[in-house]
Amino acid sequence: MYLDFEKPIQDLEGKLAEMKQIADDSDVDVSQEVKSLEEKIKTLKKDIYSNLTRWQKVQLSRHPDRPYTLDYIENICDQFIELHGDRVVKDDKAIVGGFAEIDGNSFMIIGHQKGKNTKMRQVRNFGMANPDGYRKALRLMRVAEKFNKPIITFIDTPGAYCGLEAEERGQGEAIARNIKEMFMLKVPVICIIIGEGASGGALGIAIGDKVLMLENTWYSVISPESCSSILWRTWEHKERAAEALKLTAEDMLKFKLIDGIVKEPLGGAHADRESMYKKLKKVILDTTAALQKVDPEQRISDRIDKFSAMGVVEDLAPAAEITE
Amino acid sequence: MTTSWYKRTQKGISTPTEEKREVPDGLWYQCPECKKVIQTSVHMENAYVCPECNYHARVGSKEYFSLLFDENTFEELDANLTSGDPLEFNDSVPYPNRVKASQAKTGLKDAVRSAAGKMNNVDVVIACMDFTFIGGSMGSVVGEKIARAIDAARARKVPFIMISKSGGARMMEAGYSLMQMAKTSAKLALLDKEGLPYISLMTDPTTGGVTASYAMLGDFNIAEPGALIGFAGPRVVKETIGKDLPPGFQSAEFLLEHGFLDFIVDRREMKDQLSSLLELLK
Ligand SMILES: [Zn+2]
Repeated sequence: MYLDFEKPIQDLEGKLAEMKQIADDSDVDVSQEVKSLEEKIKTLKKDIYSNLTRWQKVQLSRHPDRPYTLDYIENICDQFIELHGDRVVKDDKAIVGGFAEIDGNSFMIIGHQKGKNTKMRQVRNFGMANPDGYRKALRLMRVAEKFNKPIITFIDTPGAYCGLEAEERGQGEAIARNIKEMFMLKVPVICIIIGEGASGGALGIAIGDKVLMLENTWYSVISPESCSSILWRTWEHKERAAEALKLTAEDMLKFKLIDGIVKEPLGGAHADRESMYKKLKKVILDTTAALQKVDPEQRISDRIDKFSAMGVVEDLAPAAEITE
Repeated sequence: MTTSWYKRTQKGISTPTEEKREVPDGLWYQCPECKKVIQTSVHMENAYVCPECNYHARVGSKEYFSLLFDENTFEELDANLTSGDPLEFNDSVPYPNRVKASQAKTGLKDAVRSAAGKMNNVDVVIACMDFTFIGGSMGSVVGEKIARAIDAARARKVPFIMISKSGGARMMEAGYSLMQMAKTSAKLALLDKEGLPYISLMTDPTTGGVTASYAMLGDFNIAEPGALIGFAGPRVVKETIGKDLPPGFQSAEFLLEHGFLDFIVDRREMKDQLSSLLELLK
């Protein structure tokens, strides 16, 4: 599938396929032309993907071919035992979690999960979790803490679900509790935005010692579409909203609201899945190893200090006043 | 909704005399709920609650501070924190202009004020949001002032009371706004560790990121009668499910019924009830 801004690539790749077809069907030697076209495509891709607008990155973050949480788990881990349910209401399928093994090390891995086809998208509720999902996540984090295993979370959600039952069962409370409890986890916590990081629904599993974003993802308080609809009463100005929100990995790192960016293959994580998996596996192992060298109490206080420093305020006159 | 609270010696509601004098006679208030017209001074003396139908009018930090602090005396904390513009956010109006306009209109610096003082002689730190300032939205200033208020409660070893009233995130601060949920929750985790009480009072309306962070994290989550409380606003929920919402959905009474509030408090009894609760924890 090609996105709108990938149209020039699509055209050239179409031409290339045609040319190869002609070569196959006839004796004409087109190897020179093929080679030059391939070069052209390579240059074009570099040009397009290194100059993406914020909105184009949002589009890539939602690309239907992009790897989801379970893809990373299946391709990075040697073993994964999924654990279900919040022990209160149900098993929310928009968040998955379980114990995993990577190169002989155990991890708790938790993440939002989107569906790959119409049926599964429904089952996964488009990666929009209910309170039950956040409570399951917290339960699993507690289990990880009990057995002293590091926690990896994958964030990929267009937002926490805004349904009637979500409200009845305390969506706000569930997210709030996760945020607070995650600060006090004694084990290393690494949070990775692998697609969409929308607001409280993302933050509910994104309090970590290291918060990383893949290169073509977004993380903000609101989606560009919703922002556009609030500001301009229409979803049409999403490009402008994306620019205003400054929601890319680059922006968020510049603002010191995340700790790092994981580069993606040219064209996005889906363009070369194998190299993406390999790279993320290394990031996970290296980051965990570094965090494990730090004393747990120190890790907690660093985690708290880091988030406490986030924000920009001006103090006009620092002295306190007595008011009557 | 009656709450099962009683105390043998009930103190009256103390409205500071200075406040009383501020309102000239002859001003009238019409209750938006039952349409009854009463004198503004009567309404004010009744803690801005309609004597006829109990409707709790929306009020701000000035009113809550005067209702809760003894003799309306308190030490305001971080009174001069104002917003930066890290994103250089500009929709139709540049964000700093929006902030300045709201400051001029409301006389406030941002959507929360915090103060230390005594409540029925119990030392407390109170932070209270103002809905009139950009819809009580949470940006860096709100997050930072609440974080510092919690730090002040920790330093003074006194209980922390948060009065929420918010439409949610401050969109113009995007990522920064989101992280205020994390910052305030982190500070509350520290308050927990030190065994200090945290009372979260939710007033009309408390929605969005505020609900998904400090508002729902009280040792005691309480609310005023009829307050709208939710993560998603009713309009969003209605659009999501494509159906009309049941009556009373997301009201304080609804939340109490579903187990997310400890109790609902009448504003006229708030001060005594809060201080009594805190006394029990001593
Ligand atoms: Zn009335």
